[in-house]
Amino acid sequence: MGEISLEEKFQNTIDKESKIEPKDWMPDGYRKNLIRQISQHAHSEIIGMLPEGNWITRAPSLMRKVSLLAKVQDEAGHGLYLYSAMETLGLSRDESLEQLITGKAKYSSIFNYPTISWADIGAIGWLVDGAAIVNQVALQRTSYGPYARAMVKICKEESFHQRQGFEIMTNLAKGTKEQKEMAQNALNRFWWPSLMMFGPSDKDSTHSDQSLKWKIKRMTNDELRQEFVNKTIPQVEFLGLTVPDPDLKLNKKTGQYEFGAINWEEFYNVIKGRGPCNKERIAARTKAQKEGEWVKAAAKAYSAKKINRRNTKAA
Amino acid sequence: MSTNNEWPLWEVFLRTKKGLNHKHVGSIHAADEEMAIENARDVYTRRNEGISIWVVESSHIHASSPSEQESLFDAANDKVYRHPTFYNIPDEVGHI
Repeated sequence: MGEISLEEKFQNTIDKESKIEPKDWMPDGYRKNLIRQISQHAHSEIIGMLPEGNWITRAPSLMRKVSLLAKVQDEAGHGLYLYSAMETLGLSRDESLEQLITGKAKYSSIFNYPTISWADIGAIGWLVDGAAIVNQVALQRTSYGPYARAMVKICKEESFHQRQGFEIMTNLAKGTKEQKEMAQNALNRFWWPSLMMFGPSDKDSTHSDQSLKWKIKRMTNDELRQEFVNKTIPQVEFLGLTVPDPDLKLNKKTGQYEFGAINWEEFYNVIKGRGPCNKERIAARTKAQKEGEWVKAAAKAYSAKKINRRNTKAA
Repeated sequence: MSTNNEWPLWEVFLRTKKGLNHKHVGSIHAADEEMAIENARDVYTRRNEGISIWVVESSHIHASSPSEQESLFDAANDKVYRHPTFYNIPDEVGHI
């Protein structure tokens, strides 16, 4: 009887729906693929704070302000859960953040769009967090233990984000004519970028097959996108708004909404750094990292001094 | 930008309520133990998830290796006599 290879043993564990944990043997490709995906996910949470942070000081009521503040704080927390999961794979937090500002690591293209009206905060909570939930619910079953556990925690908290967004949209859509127009305008601008959040179409997705075999991903980009559209269109109808897609229709046979062609040129442009806010987002991160560096150094020096003092006393 | 200012990593354990043990929930970076508790509070207890926090610097944790799994844990597999169901008790005795 032949010994089974490490690689076969690894794949068997995954096929049995058991999890891979940090100290287990894993192929280099699995590790690399996960570091890429988890860090991209973490960076998206952190960059995602910027477009929403833009409205904290201008929220229309104190209640909306505390909700938005709590949501943005959650996004920071989600970023931290994910960075911790990523660090178990051997990339340090600082290296990862460095890759974000040099552009080596990516983040979700949706956060390169500006938030020009209050309705955009509603649209982001409803659509962007809604799309993220579809993606993240599937990822709760991802094969890497620390990533799956981070997803479970994140999914528990996301529901509040989407509901606060939908409530903002409902109030605007049922409000004055101007408010309804503002809601429709936000939907017009965020609809297609939200569909792009699921990534390239399956036929063009470079990482998909291997990721599915390793169960890093549990559903394909197109499957997730379809699920999101099916879930969201009835909500759009409830609001009395329309999506900017003349080709959208319900296929009565399949029960699925069929939608028009996505403008992939726009998607790739934004990914490559030519979206409306790419420069602004990276500039904000670079500034935060640069200006925060002395705080990190000071806290570390203070800690060293405390330990030193404790040791001297003990001696 | 230098990376040598990175703060150490701490493992975070939470007691969710009195009567339960502390359970590992994740990790956090902090310059010292005081900051680790404060950061753990902000990151892991935003919704009443805990009433007590333990933090342990990750480098102080010693773990068994996955390659030792068989030698450490498989030995228990053939010791069925350690389980109550191994022993036959006549029905008329009732619950023991």
